[in-house]
Amino acid sequence: MIRIKPKTALIATFAVAVLFLPEIALATGADTGGVLEGAPQPTRADYPQIGGISARTLAWGLAQMHLFLAAFVLAVPLFSIATEFMGVVSRDDRYDNMAREFMKITMAAYSLTALVGGGLALALFLFYPHLMGYMMKVFRGQTLIYAALFGLESITLYVYFYSWDALRHGNRKWVHMSIGLLLNTVGLSLMFIANAWTSFMMSPAGVDAAGAITGSVWEATRNPLWNPLNLHRFLANIAYGGAIVGGYSAYMFLAEKKAETKAHYDWMGYTSNFIAILGFLPLPFAGYWLMAEIYSYSQQMGITAMGGILAWLFIIQAVLIGTIMLAANYYLWSGLMRTDRGAQYTKYVKYIAFVIVCGFLVWVTPHSLILSAQELQVLGGTHHRLLGPLGIMPAKNTAVNLMLVFTFLSFQMFYRSSRVPTVSWARAGNTVIIALYIVGCMNIVGAGIYGYITPTVYKVGASVPQVVSTLMIILGSVLIDSFMLRGAKSEKIHWGRMHERSQYALFVLPVAFTWLMGLMGYIRSSLRTHWHIYTIMKDNSPEAYIPTIGQAGNTITAVTLAFMAVMVFVFWLSRLGATKQAAPAGQE
Amino acid sequence: MTFFRVIGFSVLVLLVYTGFANILPQVQSDPPSEEVVETSGMDMPGMIAYGEKLFSGKGTCTLCHNDLGRAPDLLAMDLAADFSERQEDAGYSGAATGKEGAAWVEAYLHESLVDPSAYVVPGFGKKGTNDTQSPMPVVNAPPIEMDDVQMNALIAFLQDRAGFEPTVALPSAADTPVAPPAGSVEAPEPLAANGVEAIDKFFCSGCHDLEGSEADLGPALNGISARMTRGEVMSAILEPNAVIADGYEADIMPADFSAQMHSSELILIVDYLMGLPQ
Repeated sequence: MIRIKPKTALIATFAVAVLFLPEIALATGADTGGVLEGAPQPTRADYPQIGGISARTLAWGLAQMHLFLAAFVLAVPLFSIATEFMGVVSRDDRYDNMAREFMKITMAAYSLTALVGGGLALALFLFYPHLMGYMMKVFRGQTLIYAALFGLESITLYVYFYSWDALRHGNRKWVHMSIGLLLNTVGLSLMFIANAWTSFMMSPAGVDAAGAITGSVWEATRNPLWNPLNLHRFLANIAYGGAIVGGYSAYMFLAEKKAETKAHYDWMGYTSNFIAILGFLPLPFAGYWLMAEIYSYSQQMGITAMGGILAWLFIIQAVLIGTIMLAANYYLWSGLMRTDRGAQYTKYVKYIAFVIVCGFLVWVTPHSLILSAQELQVLGGTHHRLLGPLGIMPAKNTAVNLMLVFTFLSFQMFYRSSRVPTVSWARAGNTVIIALYIVGCMNIVGAGIYGYITPTVYKVGASVPQVVSTLMIILGSVLIDSFMLRGAKSEKIHWGRMHERSQYALFVLPVAFTWLMGLMGYIRSSLRTHWHIYTIMKDNSPEAYIPTIGQAGNTITAVTLAFMAVMVFVFWLSRLGATKQAAPAGQE
Repeated sequence: MTFFRVIGFSVLVLLVYTGFANILPQVQSDPPSEEVVETSGMDMPGMIAYGEKLFSGKGTCTLCHNDLGRAPDLLAMDLAADFSERQEDAGYSGAATGKEGAAWVEAYLHESLVDPSAYVVPGFGKKGTNDTQSPMPVVNAPPIEMDDVQMNALIAFLQDRAGFEPTVALPSAADTPVAPPAGSVEAPEPLAANGVEAIDKFFCSGCHDLEGSEADLGPALNGISARMTRGEVMSAILEPNAVIADGYEADIMPADFSAQMHSSELILIVDYLMGLPQ
């Protein structure tokens, strides 16, 4: 008789779960099983009107709030487990403690995520019963799997957090990290399923032109925009989670008085900012892919996004990303004061700032303007003769790539400020890195100029060498540094030696990221124009219009403010939980 | 204290973003309203004009068929020469063969509208399909949803541009009017067909002495062509409070006719008024 050790059985069960859980969740109801009737076409009278409630604003607000919270609670366990792993590899307990603290904030936000999610579901079923009924028919059993996964997410999350100290050392640590891996697998599966529903509404698949179900749940799930959206949200969640935890660190740094505690939160803030930027750097490229797939699916939809009334929103996006870049860089430059050698790098800050500000200004320059007849006459056309060319994609691609390269340079300066290379080939290594920067930047600018002289259809192609150059600079520098700084002489980093302004810069990141996510959600949703499900089911509700940028901005601000208030409350709670009242005299 | 400082700071940052969003041009995009077009009795010049309107309007053709290189610029190219070559092209996989001249153009264009991948102009196919799939949407399906009369009007417009006498069938009584499906949206009021209908639709005679109404809330309009230019009459309708005739009050005439009227109706009203006798 074969005896299987419980440990082996546990590992085997876990491996099966990790490997097949997404498959099970996403392919449920693989039989077509659908009814061959089209999507419902409700008339205006079919939409329930309850008092003076604006159904769309309610659903929009709840959906956005749910997304903010969900993005946070799904992202933090991802880098929590990565940090925990770093703690095991480096045998540095600080990483382990920080990973646990990351999770502590998530715990407080988790129940709120479920609560708002439930509210969203109720609002959707109440105000859009035909749409939700149809979606249930298309995705059938997958909705139940989603609910079950939510239960599993809760269990693994609680077990992962509360078993932290019980499974802290030796082999038990690996069991703990396995639970964390399972938690992340379940979390990602949940996100992929929700993305399938969202992307189906933009690019329906598995149904015919009238909406009759002709394919399996898997076909509806694997619609043309599903994977681009998955990648975009995955990266954005990491950047977002990092930014929120950075905000938490900044809050704690400002609130704490003890130098030792301040040092801890300064280090945590630095690490969170690093994670946020790490997730943020590849995000524009994932965005390009998503937009390219949108164009490929429907050229009209793509033009609505980039050339129609939504085009202005990308100018706001530029302002937000510019804020993020400037704040993140300012934080990194401030960090130079943590080391004694940092001062020697400060002379370069003004040049980096110049490039980033110029890039920001290029990015916010629009091409065609919506003008009155009088303004058109004064300007002599829909765009400015000199500034207009800065509004098209080649200029913006050049700007964003240079901003990313110089943001990486800020990070590299801080990293170098506490390490002095001791290898014999250090000078040659530095020369190669400088050459990488120079050649890479020339290539980015050159490809940008080429973008001007090539037809529109090839402009997107011209951005590829720019992206490759940016990645080459970053990866090449990291690779050379990793060898060159082996055995480097370490300088002491004075964690906590930061001024308070830098912490506000760190707090700008979650605010800007949250608003940006709200804005991008508004754009993505507006691409469907007056369709619930693009080309399949019309939105005949009284609020089927695309609101003005001002209206959208006000709604996004209201939801962001609510979210930030919740987050700051969670931070405050977290601090409260760690506070112990001193025993009254005589009771020690 | 930190709690309030951080919240205050967040509010400040958010106000900057909100303010920026509110100073940009504010445009609300409404769902497209199904214009009811009376096509009964429409002659070929009417069809060509209707087709031109559809080309830049409902058909959304100009989104891609322009000088930006997304699709062939139909308004700039030599349509007659280009279309005739396509029948012989190895990439043509359609069924509209065996015709010549205007008949070929009609059959080819109809096929392109309902099956855009039957022929893909080299260099304009979907990426990665080696020009076997067209990115153009099928125009008689959502989201464009043109009907047969509209497709014929579009073809007539392009045949005319190509220098051919349009060969499409004129709409029959059974084809009209082009109306949205019952109950899907609120049906808009039909367009006025002549000056009298337009005057009645906007109730001009309720205030002005027109059509024998003897109303005197606004000035009499007889012989107006002797007092005002055509442009001034148009401005007076669109911006009634800009200039007030002696003895009359401001804010009586609605100031939102520019939003209420179709441009064709404005022209009909101005034509009618300029033709009034002394």
